[in-house]
Amino acid sequence: MECQECHQRPATLHFTQVINGHKKEVHVCEKCAYEQGYMPQNSESFSLPNLLSGLFNFDSYPVSQSQDQTSSYEAPPKLQCEKCGLTYDEFTRIGKFGCAKCYKTFGEKLNPIFRRVHSGNSVHDGKVPKRMGGDIHVRKQIEEQRQKLNHLIRSEEFEEAAKVRDQIRMLEKQMKSEQGDGDQ
Amino acid sequence: MSLQQFINEAISPWMQENGPDSDIVLSSRIRLARNFEQVPFPILANQEDLDHILDFFQQEYGQQSFGNYHQFELVRMNELPSIQKRVLVEKHLVSPHLVEHSNHGAALISKNEQVSVMVNEEDHIRIQLYFPGFQLEKALKQASEFDDWLEEKINYAFDEDRGYLTSCPTNVGTGMRASVMMHLPALVMTQQINRMIPAINQLGLVVRGIYGEGSEALGNIFQISNQITLGKSETDIVEDLKSVVQQLIEQERNARKRIMDQSGVQLEDKIFRSYGILSNSRIIESKEASKCLSDVRLGIDLGYIQRIPKTILNELMILTQPGFLQQYAQKNLSPEERDVLRASLIRERLKLENKYS
Ligand SMILES: [Zn+2]
Ligand SMILES: [Zn+2]
Repeated sequence: MECQECHQRPATLHFTQVINGHKKEVHVCEKCAYEQGYMPQNSESFSLPNLLSGLFNFDSYPVSQSQDQTSSYEAPPKLQCEKCGLTYDEFTRIGKFGCAKCYKTFGEKLNPIFRRVHSGNSVHDGKVPKRMGGDIHVRKQIEEQRQKLNHLIRSEEFEEAAKVRDQIRMLEKQMKSEQGDGDQ
Repeated sequence: MSLQQFINEAISPWMQENGPDSDIVLSSRIRLARNFEQVPFPILANQEDLDHILDFFQQEYGQQSFGNYHQFELVRMNELPSIQKRVLVEKHLVSPHLVEHSNHGAALISKNEQVSVMVNEEDHIRIQLYFPGFQLEKALKQASEFDDWLEEKINYAFDEDRGYLTSCPTNVGTGMRASVMMHLPALVMTQQINRMIPAINQLGLVVRGIYGEGSEALGNIFQISNQITLGKSETDIVEDLKSVVQQLIEQERNARKRIMDQSGVQLEDKIFRSYGILSNSRIIESKEASKCLSDVRLGIDLGYIQRIPKTILNELMILTQPGFLQQYAQKNLSPEERDVLRASLIRERLKLENKYS
């Protein structure tokens, strides 16, 4: 096969690009791949979707199987995002979400995917946007303090535990009053 | 336009400074992916939505300034000639992906080109912040402050459990890609790099040659970045990356020393041959140019070559790419014509240095 760019050298590199959901085959020589920007420095857009759709396809086998079984807690047979219209099948094929709502629509189904892509993790543990994060920040703090409290009780450090308990109460109060403000 | 003038205008100002550990680390970058809560991601959004986002950026941030970064300018991709677009890609200010979707893509770029925000790329917003040398923490701090600044006016797509929601599942969570560009010629020469890459991958980090996986590293330049974005805080991600980069720096320095001790003359010969090729050839392909530039840069770091600034590697690696060559020539060039112009530009550049020293 000859290179589709220069039509001179043989095509040694073969990509599948997915742009706006359309698949495009690219066959180029190494020189053109570099010179025409087919191999950008951030090559995530080429290698990762391929890798991902491999993961998802593997993943979709048990999903399609479960559609035949009638179990009360299973998601409806055709999982589709009501905001952007992306179906779960399409998502597994292109390896991209269509909108923020997709995350809720596909819900728990995403856990195994996230865990495989992110070394076992499926829950965020980083920055929280300042403006929307008031409540989240306090809840995270309470969660941390509760763990600390359990630890202190187990090691029978009751004096310290009482202090932490008071702190938790204060945080809970703070959260309630913030929620109250929101309702008005 | 004189060559000096062209270079001054072509190279991002931040790139001309030497940062910490700049004998090995060329640059540090933080990239944050963000999206508007209510708008479908660019892959599925309609034209109207994407145009709204562009207008919003134009109104709210065009000609604004943040901290030390003066005056952002919004550049719309559909208003740029294709050579100009390539130049932005070669300067790493925008991605090839943004250029390919030029109808709704734009970039908000700070005057010193240290901060750029891609609008309507794979995600609605991709913040990129560069620092010269090894300065990941500083880059993270400023990127985060910049992110706060944008967030004052934008409702981000964010979920308490999943973090920042992105189009690709590989970016969800922090939405952060931290990366460091490293020049590792001695680890390549001693073939140690082949053993190190799998070990680094196991730590959840990715190593790639600057022009992508599968291609060999041009000019012995490698990009190390985090792969995991979910379940770890931004600070932890940067810490992990930092410790690996520190080890690589140490290993590279040791390897350089060992080569100098054991085969100094051969190394010096290799370096000066490359210098000879760069200062005399009349036709040079980018691959050979990159290899020779890497040697010359090593020669500068080791003190064999004086009077040439070490930023010359970064500079010429960028200047001799197709987009820049064509901008310099002010016309489209065939690959053969580019190889000729590349050779002459490098010769001129080296002469310039000797003249002013
Ligand atoms: Zn070709
Ligand atoms: Zn959706």
